[in-house]
Amino acid sequence: MALLDVRDLSVVFKRKGTRPFTAVDGVSFSVEPGQTVGLVGESGSGKSVTSLAIMGLLPKRGAEVTGSVTFSDTELLTLSDKQLRDRRGRDLGMVFQDPLSSLNPVITIGLQITEVLERHRGMSRKEARSEAVELLGRVGLPDPQRRIGEYPHQLSGGMRQRVLIAIALACQPKLLIADEPTTALDVTIQAQILSLLSELVSETDTALIMITHDLGVVAGLCDEVNVMYGGRIVERAERHGLFARSRHPYTHGLLESIPRLDAPRGEPLRPIKGSVSDNIEWSQGCAFAPRCPNATDVCWSDPPELVEDRGGMLRCHNPVAAAEDAVTEGAL
Amino acid sequence: MSILSTRKADKIDALAEGGTSLAMDALRRTFRNPVAIIGLVIVALFVILAIIAPFIAPKDPYVPYPELQNQLTPSNIPGPMPGFVLGSDQNGYDFFSRLLVGAQQTLFVGVFATLIGVAIGMVIGGLAGAFGGWVDTVLMRLTDIMLSIPSLLLAISIAALLPGSQWTVIIAVAMIGVPVFARLLRGAMMAQRSSDHVLAATALGVKRRTIVFRHMLPNSIGPVIVQATLTLATAIIDAAALSFLGLGDSDWRRAEWGLMLGKAQELLSVKPSLAFYPAIAIIIVALGFTLLGESMRESLDPKNRR
Repeated sequence: MALLDVRDLSVVFKRKGTRPFTAVDGVSFSVEPGQTVGLVGESGSGKSVTSLAIMGLLPKRGAEVTGSVTFSDTELLTLSDKQLRDRRGRDLGMVFQDPLSSLNPVITIGLQITEVLERHRGMSRKEARSEAVELLGRVGLPDPQRRIGEYPHQLSGGMRQRVLIAIALACQPKLLIADEPTTALDVTIQAQILSLLSELVSETDTALIMITHDLGVVAGLCDEVNVMYGGRIVERAERHGLFARSRHPYTHGLLESIPRLDAPRGEPLRPIKGSVSDNIEWSQGCAFAPRCPNATDVCWSDPPELVEDRGGMLRCHNPVAAAEDAVTEGAL
Repeated sequence: MSILSTRKADKIDALAEGGTSLAMDALRRTFRNPVAIIGLVIVALFVILAIIAPFIAPKDPYVPYPELQNQLTPSNIPGPMPGFVLGSDQNGYDFFSRLLVGAQQTLFVGVFATLIGVAIGMVIGGLAGAFGGWVDTVLMRLTDIMLSIPSLLLAISIAALLPGSQWTVIIAVAMIGVPVFARLLRGAMMAQRSSDHVLAATALGVKRRTIVFRHMLPNSIGPVIVQATLTLATAIIDAAALSFLGLGDSDWRRAEWGLMLGKAQELLSVKPSLAFYPAIAIIIVALGFTLLGESMRESLDPKNRR
C-alpha cells in the first residue's frame, strides 16, 4: 500500500464572471514510504496547485477539488478543517519556495520551531527549545544555540531555507512536500540544500515530493519523475529512464533547452517555442500541440491518453524517436 | 584590505549581537531622524509638563483670587502682575496656572480618546481580518457608513446626544478614530492572510488562534501604532473644537486648553492672550505628535529600509 495515493485529482478555479479554469486535470500518482517523487513542469503546469490540493491549502471558495487523495488509508479531501490541521505538520510537512517570506518576520526562528513541537508533539516550552536547538544543528545551521534567538532577517537565504526544513521536519512527518525549495537560492547553496534534503529524507525514511521546474534538481534527487503539462501528467519515468530516453516531446524539449558544458562552443540553445499561454484545451486535443515539433493532425483533434510505455507512462500520439513507435501507435 | 576586513568583522559582530527585531530596527531608524527627535522632544516635554503641572503651578488653578477679581470689569481683565505671571482669566483665576494644568487635562482627553478609538477599531478590524467572509463584509460596511459621515459632524452628534461631561468629549472624539483604525488593521490583516508565512504556518497545522494572534496581528500592528500617534494630534484638536463649540464638557471651570479657548472667544477684544496661549499650546503639541507619527510611519515603511 502506497503512503500517498493521488487518484484523478482535479482542481478547477471558479470565479463569478470568468470561465472556470482547470489548473489540475485528473492527476494520479502514488508515493511509497521513503521514495522521492518529482513533479516537473514550467510555470502554470499545475504542479504547485497539486501540492496545495494535497495539503488542503486551497481556498474553500473558488477552488473545486475533486478526485481522491489517500494518505496511509485516510482520505484527505473529505477531512474536516480541524482534522486536517492535526495532520498538517505532523504527518505532512511542506517546504515553500521563498524562505524569507515563508518565515514570520516579527518572531524569532526559535519560536517558529517550538510552536510546531508544542502543537504536535505536546512538548513543554523547555523541551521544545532544546529539541529545536538539536534540529537546527541537524540541518547544519552553525551555532544553533545563538541562532535560535534571532529573527529571519538576520539569517542568510541558505540558512533560512535550512530553518524552514528544520521546521518542516520537526515532527518527523511521513511525507514532505518541497515546492521549489531551491528556486530563491544561489546555485552553490542550491546544491547544499538539495543534498541536505536527500540526506535527511533517507535518514528518516521520509517520502518526498519534489516540485520543481529544474531538471537538474530531479537528476540529483528523484526516484521517479512526473512531468506535468497544462494540468496533466504527460510522462512518468524513473529518473534514469527519463534522462536517457525521454519520450514526450515536451520532456525532450526541456532537456534540450538546458545549457550543457560539454556542448560544442557557439551552439545555440534550443528553447521550446511559444509559452504556456499557447495551450489548447485538453478536450480539443493535446494541450502541447501548438508548441510541439512532432504535432500531426491527430494531436489537434484527439486528446492522447496516459498509457504504459516502456515501464513508464506516456501521454503522446507522436513520441520522440518515432522509428520505434509503430507499436505504441497501434496500441492506441 | 585589512581595514576592510576589520570593518567587515565589526559589522558581523554588530549583527551577531543578535535579537534585534524588526520593530527595534525601525525604532533605531526613527531616532536617527532629526524630525523625529524634534517631535519626540515636544511630546516628552508635554507629557512631563502634564505630570508635574499640579506641583509646579504657582497658584491654585481652581480658586478665584480676590486681588484679580477686584480689578475684573466687563471691559478689562487684568494682565500680568506680581505673583500672577499672565494675569487673570475672565473669572479671576490665575491664567498661567490654568495653562500649565491644562496640559494634564488635554493629554488625558487626547490619550483616552485615542486609546478607546484604537481599542474599538482594533476589535472591529481584527474580527473582520481574522474571519473574512460575511463577518468582514458586515463590519466593513458599518465602518464605511461611519466613514461617510464627516468626522466633526459625527463627534458633534454624539456629543449632543450624551450628557455633557468630559467623557462625552472623549467618547465622541474616539468614535472619529474607530473606522480609521478598523480599516487599517483589517487591510493589514487581509494582506497577512495571503502572505507566504501564514500559508506556511497553516501548512504546519498551527491553530487558527495562534495564527491570528502570533502570525497575523503582530505583523499588522505597525500602521495602527503610527496612526494612533497621528490621531493623538487630531484628537486633541477635535476635543478642542468640541469644547470651542460649547459641546461636551459642562464644567466651565475645568482647565483644559480647548475649553479655555472656547470660553475666550467672546473676550478676544478684551484680552486676546486668553485665546492665544491655549491655541499656541494646542498647535505645538499637535505638531509634536504629528512629527513623531510621520517619522515613525516613514521608518516603518519597508520601502524606506536601507
